[in-house]
Amino acid sequence: MSLAASAGIEVEGLVREFKNGPRAVDGIHLRVAPGEIYGFLGPNGAGKSTTVLMLTTLLPPTDGTARVAGHDIRREGAAVRAAIGAALQEAALDPLLTGQDHMRLQTTLQGIPKGERRARGDELLERVGLMDAADRKVGGYSGGMKRRLDLALALVHRPRVLFLDEPTTGLDPSSRADLWDEVARLAREDGTTVFLTTQYLEEADVLADRVGIIDKGGIVAEGTPEALKAEIGRPSVEATPADRADRDAVAGVLSRFGSAVPAPPGAAAVRLESGENLAEVVRALDAADLAVADLQLHQPSLDDVFLAKTGRKLDPPASEEPAAV
Amino acid sequence: MRRFLDVAYGIAYRSTKKVATNPQLLLPSLIFPLFFFVAFAGGLSSVGDVPGFDFPSGYTAFQFVFVLLQASAFGGVFTGFGIASDFENGFSRRLMLAAPNRLGILAGYTLGATIRAAVVGVLLFVVALASGMQIDGNGVDLFGLVVLALLVNFTAAMWSAGVAMRIRSIQAGPAMQLPVFLILFLAPVYVPLDLLAGWIEAVAHLNPITPLIEGGRDLISGGDFQPLLVFGVAIGLGALFLAWAVRGVASAERAGG
Amino acid sequence: MNELALQTYEMARRSVVKVLRQPALVIPPILFPLIMMGINVSGLDAATEIPGFPTDSYLDFAIAFPMIQGALFASINAGSSVARDVETGFLNRLALTPMQRAAMLLGLFTGEMLIAFVSTLIYLAVGFAAGLHFASGFAGVLVLLALSLLIALAFAGLGAFIGLRTGSPEAVQGVFPLLFVFLFLSSGSLPRDLIEHDWFRIVATWNPVSYLFEGLRSLIIFGWQARELALGFGFAAAIAVLGVFGATTALRTRVAVR
Repeated sequence: MSLAASAGIEVEGLVREFKNGPRAVDGIHLRVAPGEIYGFLGPNGAGKSTTVLMLTTLLPPTDGTARVAGHDIRREGAAVRAAIGAALQEAALDPLLTGQDHMRLQTTLQGIPKGERRARGDELLERVGLMDAADRKVGGYSGGMKRRLDLALALVHRPRVLFLDEPTTGLDPSSRADLWDEVARLAREDGTTVFLTTQYLEEADVLADRVGIIDKGGIVAEGTPEALKAEIGRPSVEATPADRADRDAVAGVLSRFGSAVPAPPGAAAVRLESGENLAEVVRALDAADLAVADLQLHQPSLDDVFLAKTGRKLDPPASEEPAAV
Repeated sequence: MRRFLDVAYGIAYRSTKKVATNPQLLLPSLIFPLFFFVAFAGGLSSVGDVPGFDFPSGYTAFQFVFVLLQASAFGGVFTGFGIASDFENGFSRRLMLAAPNRLGILAGYTLGATIRAAVVGVLLFVVALASGMQIDGNGVDLFGLVVLALLVNFTAAMWSAGVAMRIRSIQAGPAMQLPVFLILFLAPVYVPLDLLAGWIEAVAHLNPITPLIEGGRDLISGGDFQPLLVFGVAIGLGALFLAWAVRGVASAERAGG
Repeated sequence: MNELALQTYEMARRSVVKVLRQPALVIPPILFPLIMMGINVSGLDAATEIPGFPTDSYLDFAIAFPMIQGALFASINAGSSVARDVETGFLNRLALTPMQRAAMLLGLFTGEMLIAFVSTLIYLAVGFAAGLHFASGFAGVLVLLALSLLIALAFAGLGAFIGLRTGSPEAVQGVFPLLFVFLFLSSGSLPRDLIEHDWFRIVATWNPVSYLFEGLRSLIIFGWQARELALGFGFAAAIAVLGVFGATTALRTRVAVR
C-alpha cells in the first residue's frame, strides 16, 4: 500500500439523500493527499457535515463511496475508524465529567493499553493547555477549552487522518487563532492529514493547503486558495472621500479604472481593469482635486470566489463578528 | 474481543463515575421507589387485614418486592434516558467513532445500568430493613430475589435502549417510561392475584410481569417458589428485549449516530 | 375594567391555546390520573373490605384522586409556562405593553381553571359511566365543581409563584417529586382513621391536601357534611390566597427589576 493510500482521502461520487428531502450531498469527488490540510468551505446546509459524517462512517452513503486512509468507508468501517480521529460540531462532551474523565474514557474506548492511558491523556491535555483544568467538570469550561479538549480527545490514538467539523464556530478570535496554530502544527510536525469544514473564509484561507467550495451538495470550485483567487483575478480599489458630498465625484473618477463593486456607505469601489495600479488612481483623484480620507487596495478573497461561482455572497453566520459601526 | 471489553468497560466506568461524583443523578431512580414504598407499605398497610389476604411476612415485605422490582425497572429506563440524551447532544458520536464494534456500547450502558440498579437495590434493602421488614426466605431465596431484580433491570434497560437508539431524542422519554409504568401497575400491586377484582384481574393474569412479582413475594416469604416459571419468564423477556436493543443499535448506525 | 377583562381574556386564550397546541402537555395531565384511578379502583377494590371502610365501591372513594392529581399536574404546567415566559423574555415584552399587570396573572389563572374544569368534567363523566354514586345529588356536583376550581386556582397560583420566582422551567419541574409527597402522604388512598401506622396518619393529618380530598369525597360518599366542606374550601382558599399573593409579589419584583 502506498503512503498516499494509507493516509489520504479519495471520494468517488458520494451521495446522501434524506427521506423526503433534497440530496444533501450530490455526487462529490475529491482527493486529499497525505499530510495535506483540506478546507471544505460552504454556507450552512451546503452538505459539509453530511460529507464528514459519511467519511467518518457515522452515516452510510446513499450512493458512491470513499476510501479513507486506504479503507473503504462502506465495507471497512472499523478499519476506517481505527485510522481516523474526529472532532465534530458542538464539541460533544459530558458536562458532568472532568477533562481527565473524558481522556480516560477516550483512551479506553480507543484500546490504548491500560498502562499507557494516563500518560497519553496527560500528554495531550498538556499539549492543548488544559492540564490545569483537567480535574474540573467540563460544564464549567469555556467554548475554547471545550474545542481544545475535543481536539485532544480526537488525537488519543494518533490518527493518520483528522476530521474537524467547523472547529472554531462560535469561538472568539484569540481562541480561534490558538486552535489554528494547533491544527497547523499537527499537519506540519506529525504529518496528519486534516479534513476541515468551515464557513469562515479566513479560516480556509489561513489554514488550508487546498480548498473545496461546496454549495447545495456539490463542489463548485477546488484548488489552493491562491489559485482560486487568481482565477478571479484582479484586485479592487476602495476610496472614501474626506467630504461625504464628494462620494459621487470620487465614484466617477474611479469608474475610469474599472467596473463598480459594492462598497460601504460613503465610499466607492471598483474592480481594477488589468494593468491599472493604485498610483494611477491616486494621481487621477488628485487631478480632480478630490481629498481622500482612506484608500484601500483589496486583493480578491475567497468570498469573491464564492460569489463568482455561486452568484451569492457567503454570509458569515449571524452569531459571528458584530457588524462594524 | 479485548476491544469489545474495553469499550464496555469505558462506558460503564463513565456512567459509574458520573453517579459517584454527582449522586443527585441517582435521585430520580431512588426517590420514586422509596416514595412508593413509604406510601404503599406505610399508608396502605390495613389492606393487609382484608379477609383472604394471607401473606405470611406482612404487608411491608409484600410491598417491598413490588417496589424493588419497580426500582430495578425504572433504573433500566433511566439508562434509556441517558442513551437518548447522548444521541441528542452528539456524545454518542464520540462513542460510535471510537468503538470498532458498536455492540460494546450497548454492553457498556447495560453494565452501567446494572451497577446503578445494584446501588439503588442495596439502599432500598437498608431502608426496608430499618423500617422493620420481616424476611422469611433463606439466603438462597434472597439471592434469587436479587437475580430476579437484576433480570428485570436488564430487560427494562434493553427495552429503553432499543427505543432510545431508534428515536435518538429525549422526547422519547415518555415512550420508554409509560409502557413500563403501565405493565408494572397492571399487575397484582396492592393485593395478591387471587384478591384482584374486575378487569384488572383478567389483565394481571396475562401480564408477564405478574409471575415475577408473585415469584419475588414467594422468595421473600420463603413460600412455594416456582423457579422454572419465574426465571423462565424473566430470561425469556430479557432475551426478547436484548434482540430489540441489538437491532436498535443497527438502526442507530443506519441513521448516522 | 372593560380593558382589564379584555386583556385577561387574551391572556387566558393564549394559555389555553398554548396547551391545546401541545397535546403532549394536555393529554398526560388528564389521561394519566385517569389511568391511575382505573388501576387503583380495580387493584384496591379489596380495600373496601377493610372493616370501617366508608363505602363498598372504591370508585366512589377514588374519584377525588384524579381531580387533585390533575390540578397538581396542571400547576406544574402553569409554572413551567410562566417560567419559560421569563426565560425567553416574553414576559418583558408583555411588561412593555400597556397591559395591566393583573391581566397577566388573571389570564393565566383563568386559563388553568378552564382546563381544570374540563378535566374534572371528564373525570366525572368517566366516573358516572363506571357507576359512580353521588350522595349529595346534582347540587352536590355543582359544589364539587366549585371546590375543584378553587383547588385548581390554588395550585396554579403556587405553580405561577414558583415559576415567576425562579424563572426556570427546570426548577419548576424539580418541584414535581415534592408534589407526589403531598399527594400520597395524605388520606388520598385510605381514610385517615384506617391508616395503621401512626406516623403516616400524623403526616396525613398535617397535610392540607388530605382535607381537599376529604372535602371532595364528602359530597360523593356522605352527602352534605358542613365540617368536611368547610375544611376543604378553607384550605383550598388559604392555599389560593398564598399562591396568588406570592405570584403577584413575584411578578411585581420580576417586572420591576428588569
